[in-house]
Amino acid sequence: MTKSAGNVVRQPMDLPLAQVPLGRVHVIAERCKQCDFCITYCPTDVLMYSDEINAKGYHYPMVAEGKETSCVHCRFCDLICPELAIYTTEVLDAGNATEDSDAG
Amino acid sequence: MPDSAAAKVRTNQEQRVLTGTHFMLGDHACAEGALAAGMDFFGGYPITPSTEIAEHIARRLPALGGRFVQMEDELGSMAAIIGASAAGARSFTATSGPGFSLMMENIGLAAMLEVPCVVADVMRASPSTGLPTMVGQSDILQARWGSHGDYGIIAYTPASPQECFDLTVRAFNAADKYRVPVFIMMDEVVGHMTERVIIPTADEVPIIRRKGPRHPPGEKPFLSYEPDEDLIPPIAHAGDGYKVHMTGLTHDERGYPALTAEVHDKLINRLVDKIRINAADIEMYEEFGTEDADTIVISFGCTARSARQAVNQARAEGMKCGFLRLMTVWPFPETRIRELIKGGKVKRFIVPEINLGQLRREIERLTQLPVLRLNHAGGTMPVPNAILELIRS
Amino acid sequence: MSVTEQVIQPAADIHPIDNLLRADRLPHILCPGCGIGTVIHGYAHAIAASGFDENDHVCVSGIGCSGRAAGYMNVDSYHATHGRALPFALGIAVHNPKLKVTVISGDGDLTAIGGNHLIHAARRNVNLNVICINNFNYGMTGGQVGPTTPLGARGSTAPDGAVEEPFNLPYLAKATGAEFVARWTILHVREFQDAVLRSMQKTGFCFIEVLAPCPTSFGRANKIGDGLHEVEIYRERCRIENGAPNLQDLDIDLIDENKSITVGNFVDIERRPFMQ
Repeated sequence: MTKSAGNVVRQPMDLPLAQVPLGRVHVIAERCKQCDFCITYCPTDVLMYSDEINAKGYHYPMVAEGKETSCVHCRFCDLICPELAIYTTEVLDAGNATEDSDAG
Repeated sequence: MPDSAAAKVRTNQEQRVLTGTHFMLGDHACAEGALAAGMDFFGGYPITPSTEIAEHIARRLPALGGRFVQMEDELGSMAAIIGASAAGARSFTATSGPGFSLMMENIGLAAMLEVPCVVADVMRASPSTGLPTMVGQSDILQARWGSHGDYGIIAYTPASPQECFDLTVRAFNAADKYRVPVFIMMDEVVGHMTERVIIPTADEVPIIRRKGPRHPPGEKPFLSYEPDEDLIPPIAHAGDGYKVHMTGLTHDERGYPALTAEVHDKLINRLVDKIRINAADIEMYEEFGTEDADTIVISFGCTARSARQAVNQARAEGMKCGFLRLMTVWPFPETRIRELIKGGKVKRFIVPEINLGQLRREIERLTQLPVLRLNHAGGTMPVPNAILELIRS
Repeated sequence: MSVTEQVIQPAADIHPIDNLLRADRLPHILCPGCGIGTVIHGYAHAIAASGFDENDHVCVSGIGCSGRAAGYMNVDSYHATHGRALPFALGIAVHNPKLKVTVISGDGDLTAIGGNHLIHAARRNVNLNVICINNFNYGMTGGQVGPTTPLGARGSTAPDGAVEEPFNLPYLAKATGAEFVARWTILHVREFQDAVLRSMQKTGFCFIEVLAPCPTSFGRANKIGDGLHEVEIYRERCRIENGAPNLQDLDIDLIDENKSITVGNFVDIERRPFMQ
C-alpha cells in the first residue's frame, strides 16, 4: 500500500488479483563459498546461514525458520551467486500436486 | 612485379592452382604454394623481405573466397592465424626476423594447443633491425628454440622459387598431419629471386587434411587431446559441435587445465616425440657424392647454390667431395649424418652459412670430426670460390 | 501436502544452467566474493536466451582470473595468451562468420598488454562481444596495479597508491569505434545479461565493462573488507544513465565516497560490418 502526503491510503485496483509468486529454494551446498551475496540481497530475508559446513569449510545458506513461504521467486540469489550454488523454482498452485516450473 | 605470374593473376582470378610454367619471384611462389595447398586465411603484417607474399595473397585470396586480414602487428597476426585454424582454416602468415621474434610467444601457444599453422620467415641480416633488404640465414636456431619451453616443430629451407612453391605445399600438409606450427625458412636471396616455377594441375597437388573426430558430435564427450598411436590427437574445430576446450595451460586429455608435474612431463614429451618419432617421414634433403666422400659440404637455402657449384668443381678436380643440402632443417637429419659418419669415409664437414655457426653446432654435437665453417653474419651470400678454397684446404 | 512442507528446500546437485557450464569443474577456482563467477553465470544465461544454437557460440579468453572464464563454459572455448584473446577471436570470427564469438577477459589483459588489439578490433568493428571484467587490478598475480586502477588506490606495485590516472573504458571503446558500449556491475545482474544479449544480436564490436570485486587482492589493499562490501559500494554509488551521457565524465573514483559511478548502456549504433 502506498501513502500519499495527505495520509490517504491508496492501493492498486487489481491488488486482489495480483499473485505474488511462491518460490522454492534449492542450494547446491558443496559449491557455496559463503560470500554473503544471496543472504544480504534477498528482498524478503528468506535466507540465513546453516550451522553445517561443506567440504571446503564454508557455511551455506538455508531457508530461515518461519520464512518457508516468503520466497517470491525473484531469482536474484540465483543470478548473483558467483558459484551457481543456489536457485529457485516456482511453486505452482495446481490443485493437489505441486509442480515446479522450470527454473530460469 | 610485372612478371608472367602477375599477368596470369589478372586473367585467372578465380583459379586457385595456377597450373603452368611461370617465371616467378620466390615470395610469390611461396604464396602460390599456399594457395594451391588450400590456404584460406592469411593474417599478417608487412615486413621486408616478406611483404611480397602478403601483397600477392591480398591480390589473389579474396577472389578465391579466402580471408586476408592485415593485422595491427605480428603478435596479432600469429594469434589470428591460430584462432582461424582452430575454427578450421588452413592459415598462414609471412614475416622476417623482427616479426618472427614478436610471434614467438604465440608460436608456443600453437605448439601447446597443437593447432596447425604455417609461418614463412624470409630471413634477413639480423639481429634487430639489421639489414632489412639483405640476406641472412640466422633465424635457424630460433625456429627450433625461439619460444620458451620444449616443443617440436618442422622447418623447411627452400633453395629456389620452385622449392618455395613445393615446400610450402608440403608445409601445410605437415602442419595438418602433425598438428604443429611449421616454418618455411626462406632467405632473402631465395625470396627475392625470379626463376622458373612449374605449377602442376590441381589434382596433382597433394592435400593431406588433419584428422577429425571419429564419432559424430554429441554422441559422447570428445577428448580434445587423446592421442592416437602416432601421438597425434584428432582435432575438432569451433562450430563443429564437439564443445572443445583448448588452453595454453598444461592440460589433460579432456583439454582441461591439469597443473601437475606428471601431466606436464607427459604432455610436453609427447609434443616433442610426435615429431621425433616421425622424423624419417618428415626429413627432406638432397645429396650426391656422399657415400665415399672424405669431405662433405652441408648447406641450405641460397648458400647451397654456391656450395653445389663448388662441390661439382671440386669433384671435377678429382676430390672426393660430397654435397648434402637440407630441405628440412628441423627435425635435423641426425640419422643420416650419423650414418655417414659411421660409414667411416668422411673425414671432415664444411658448413657454409650466413650466420655465425648455427647449423654447425648441430653437426658438431654429433661428431668429433672437424667441422670447418664459412660464416658471414649477413648481407651477402658466399661465392662458390670461397667454398671451393675451403674444400681444397 | 501443506504449502509449508512444499517449500522446505531439497538439497540440489545441479543448477538449471549447468548444461552450458563444465560443471565437472565446479566449484571454480575463484575466491569467495569474486565477481567473475557472476559474469560467467550471466553469460551462460545470455547464451541460453540468445536464440542461437549452443554450438555456434564460442568463448575466447586471455590470461588472469577473468581469463579462466572460458574454461568453465561448455561451448567451444579457447584460453589464449595474455592480451591476445581479441586477435585470436578475430581469426575465428572472420573465418566462420556464423559463429557468435564472445571474449571474456580482464582489465589488464584487454587494456594493457592487449590494448593495441582492443583499439584495432574496435576500429575494424569486428563482430565480437567483449566482456571486460574490471576488478581494478591484476588479481591472479597478486594485486598489481593496472590501467584501470583508480588514482590513489593501492596495489602491490604501487604501495603508496597508484600515481597514474586510469582509463575511462567506455570513452575509449566509443572513440575507437565500438557499436555497443555499456558498463554494469555484477550487482546489476539482469541489466548485464540483457546487455550481453543485445551484443549477441549485433554484428559489430560490442564492449561491455562489468565492475567486479576482487576481495583478495584489490579489496584487501584498499580497505574493502570483502566482496559484499565492494558490491555495497556499487549499490550505494552507482547511477544508471542509459543513452548517451557525456562519456568523458565516466571516470571511476572508487576512493571518494561522494563520487557516483555511472553505469548503463551508453552506445548502441550501427556501423559497417567487418569483412561481411
